[in-house]
Amino acid sequence: MNWQLMWDSLPRMLGGLSLTLQLIVGSLALGAVVAFAVALLRLSGNRVAEWLSAAYVFVFRGTPLLVQIFLIYYGLGQFTLIRDSFLWPFLREPYWCAILALTLNTGAYTSEVLRGAILSVPLGQVEAARACGMSRPLAFRRIVLPVAIRQMLPAYGNEVILMVKATSLASTITLMEVTGIARRMIAQTFAVFELFIVAGAIYLVLNFIASRLIKFAEWRLTPYLRARA
Amino acid sequence: MKKIVSALALGAMMAAAAVATAGTAGAKEWKTVRIASEGAYPPWNSTDTSGKLTGFEVDFANDLCKRMKVTCEFVAQDWDGIIPALQQGKYDAIMSAMTITDERKKVIAFSVPYGTEPSVFAVLNSSPLGKALNLGADRVDLNDQAAAKPTLDKLADALKGKTVGVQVSTIQADFMDKHLPKVEMRTYDKIDNAGIDLTSGRVDAVLGDRSVVEAIVKNDAGKMSVVGPNFIGGVIGEGMGVGLRQDNADLKAMFDKAIGEALADGTVKKLSTQHFGYDISPK
Repeated sequence: MNWQLMWDSLPRMLGGLSLTLQLIVGSLALGAVVAFAVALLRLSGNRVAEWLSAAYVFVFRGTPLLVQIFLIYYGLGQFTLIRDSFLWPFLREPYWCAILALTLNTGAYTSEVLRGAILSVPLGQVEAARACGMSRPLAFRRIVLPVAIRQMLPAYGNEVILMVKATSLASTITLMEVTGIARRMIAQTFAVFELFIVAGAIYLVLNFIASRLIKFAEWRLTPYLRARA
Repeated sequence: MKKIVSALALGAMMAAAAVATAGTAGAKEWKTVRIASEGAYPPWNSTDTSGKLTGFEVDFANDLCKRMKVTCEFVAQDWDGIIPALQQGKYDAIMSAMTITDERKKVIAFSVPYGTEPSVFAVLNSSPLGKALNLGADRVDLNDQAAAKPTLDKLADALKGKTVGVQVSTIQADFMDKHLPKVEMRTYDKIDNAGIDLTSGRVDAVLGDRSVVEAIVKNDAGKMSVVGPNFIGGVIGEGMGVGLRQDNADLKAMFDKAIGEALADGTVKKLSTQHFGYDISPK
């Protein structure tokens, strides 16, 4: 074990932290929007919309993320049609390809988590809201959604942690995030063990923070479970 | 007190015995030599459709093993882990177009070189870089710093604001770091992926060993071409050798002898003409 090398590698590896965080936050935010839309479509009662959203979830949950990243990055770039389209300024950049793949992947998983949470809201609460004179959309916004979001938090926390780790796959399409930098440094020093331990520790810290944040959100959203002061 | 002394003496004796056995174990008779190659670097090495390693280095290794009277076993190993896995003993030798460099010599040993190649750029035919990289020199010897400098300066100018693709952990990556630190470099696991990104326009140029760059260019016939001078010497190194663990001096001696014979009797020339179309023997 070369402790000096591990310590010296830290500043350079933390240089990739900003990109890793951008990938995490960007794809989780966009993924949440996708998940919300897809979950609503799946519960919309419209056959076509339900079928399309179910197909999207099936494909993106059923294939490895690495394959999705390669398909979007190397695959799409092979078509002249896409290279000539308005999408190319985005798809040309490995950054946006990574964000797109991560977003579509987490969107599929999260939509299922959200759908389950919405379905788990007791029917009695919805009926009570309707009896008070709320319209369907209003009841959804005020009653169903807040309860569902609280319900989904533990499962969503899992997804956040998986996404933190999934960003490391962006290194396969030339992005120099934490893992990418670790791999480049290993290529220069051949110290596989030491440098991957440092990279692993960085992800561990990130996930510690992520799980604390989710815990905090759970605590904030369940005031009725706490003893009154 | 006496007891401690005798215990120490016994300990020392056992340690000496252990060293002695380790010494004989190190000098074991080599019957099988496991050789690792990337299998994604034609014409040096590649993988056929059935997953078998082929290419110049496989044919050449078979010839060397015959000379050394050992059995060869081939292992496919990704480039970015090829040195650590050698150190861990997953195989005994690397034959994967690996250039002998000072950095690598710190961690592994090398045989004498069996091949040598310049590095070149490739660009898309539609790119203005094709003209800009025509630096007015056929060959730049990086050992001769003073003579190389004007050409390198012109090169840096031509590539300003451009992106160059190289394979990770190669002499070409070192070349970019040392001579073109201001040019954006993207590193790829495999050189073919850099070629794919050149086709799609994500990188403006690819830098690699000449034969490999030529293979990429040929694959995408008519769309890209090799441009500019051949870079040799300096970080580009003095040729490709067999990578070995530093404590296997006996195996190094065997490889050195076999490679010497193969160079002398024209086997390297014959095999390389067959795979490359020209002679890659080091002069």
